[in-house]
Amino acid sequence: MFAPFQDPFFQRALLAGLLIGFTNGFFSGFVVLRRTALSVSALSHTMLPGIALGILITGALTQANAFIGALTAALFVGLGSVVVSRTSRIDQGTALAILYTTAFALGVAALKYLGNYGDLQHWLFGDIRLVSSNDLWLAFAIGSVILLGSCVFFRPLLLTLFESSVASAQGVPVRAMNYLLFLMLILALVTSLQAVGCVLSVGLLVAPGATMSLLTNRTPVLFWGGGILGAFGSVLALLCAYWIDIPAGPAIVIVLGTAFLLAFLLSPKYGLLSGIRRS
Amino acid sequence: MIRNVEVSYGSVAALKDISMATSCGNRVALVGPNGAGKSTLLKAIAGLVPRQGGSIQWRGTAVKKWSREFAYLPQREEVDWDFPITVSGLVEMGRYPHLGLWKRYADKDHQAVEKALQTLGITDLRDRQICELSGGQQQRAFLARALAQEAHVLLLDEPFTGLDRNASESLAHLLTELSEEGRLILASHHDLESAPQLFNECLLLNLTQRDFGPTAKVLTDSAIEKAFAQAPLQASTTETSNP
Repeated sequence: MFAPFQDPFFQRALLAGLLIGFTNGFFSGFVVLRRTALSVSALSHTMLPGIALGILITGALTQANAFIGALTAALFVGLGSVVVSRTSRIDQGTALAILYTTAFALGVAALKYLGNYGDLQHWLFGDIRLVSSNDLWLAFAIGSVILLGSCVFFRPLLLTLFESSVASAQGVPVRAMNYLLFLMLILALVTSLQAVGCVLSVGLLVAPGATMSLLTNRTPVLFWGGGILGAFGSVLALLCAYWIDIPAGPAIVIVLGTAFLLAFLLSPKYGLLSGIRRS
Repeated sequence: MIRNVEVSYGSVAALKDISMATSCGNRVALVGPNGAGKSTLLKAIAGLVPRQGGSIQWRGTAVKKWSREFAYLPQREEVDWDFPITVSGLVEMGRYPHLGLWKRYADKDHQAVEKALQTLGITDLRDRQICELSGGQQQRAFLARALAQEAHVLLLDEPFTGLDRNASESLAHLLTELSEEGRLILASHHDLESAPQLFNECLLLNLTQRDFGPTAKVLTDSAIEKAFAQAPLQASTTETSNP
């Protein structure tokens, strides 16, 4: 039962699960409060063509060019949607849908010229069991930036999300806060690449916060609880993946999805069953 | 004191030439037809929308964009009631302008929040999510946030809308108390019948100022008829707009 803990690969995977799960789980509080889960999904899919184009330009698949490609594509599509919505009558959701599907189509078209498909699939669905020490340091560095940014700017960010007009009246730079949230979101998505891949990364960035929002009305609990749920959910998923031999990335999302389903059904205050019992 | 305030949304004028001088202890109703600019004026005073002209002075000092002494309470439909925040969490937000990014939430802040909750009689509701409150309790929670902010000017956007009779009477009593304690209350209000009982001063407007003064004097039948006769959009294009 404890055999996996002796394996250095598994030890690194556990550490990565704790780090990435906590960072993404914590940040998922912002995603839930901002009601932008669908935008996160669009951005996570945008990372695939970003990686593909990165390989196409540099001719190789490395950690660095995958990271830069994903970041560039997400920035291009995300900030592009903001620019389009601010300078035309098209709303941001519509702009995002057009830009991300166009980017995705470009990525798919580019696949033919990449040659090495197998490696690309690794980025699609991730494999946390293959993380290197460098990956761990990268996850640690990005996680620290996200947590520090979230904590330092917690008050203005919360006020912006709750009532942007009042935040503005109190001197909060609302636009800057929105850009900060967006940048931290892209960083969080990029860290989850290795663990769950770009297709499933949205699960890590939405499920913990959504689960906690069914269990608490206290905003700090939503964030820290989301972090703890993301971390321990990832560790539990890694163990399950080892014991029943399933891929680790999907296991993480399945465990977090199950936690959400349990909260949805059994939450003492906002659960479906307690609602039925009350009525 | 408000002098010649002007607000435009693009090329469309929302407010022109609004001026009034009032002082602490007053309750001022902003009255006019739908689209007359009542909410816009409140937002302009709060610093939520930019002013194209005019000035606002508070205690002899010009208010450039916003003042910590002004608290704006939005209309009910503008609030995300499902936001996971408790009453005490909401009231604590009133301390944010004092705390900034770095300052620790200290005893002084805790005491201000407790006092605000007590004054508004909602200490027992402190752990409730804001959605679990009645309309009157929700107004009290937002007023408590304004008190925790130590705001002296309360800018209320249609505070009586959606309240039942008991809650309306209770809020009216509360606003009277708050103004007697020395706060200035400015509120948009659409019910002409109740305005004289609730507010001692009134600004009648329809894009431009029609009258300002004691409520009973301003809200005469002829003044109301004249102000409400003109649809706001008929006069909404500025001189600079294209034909």
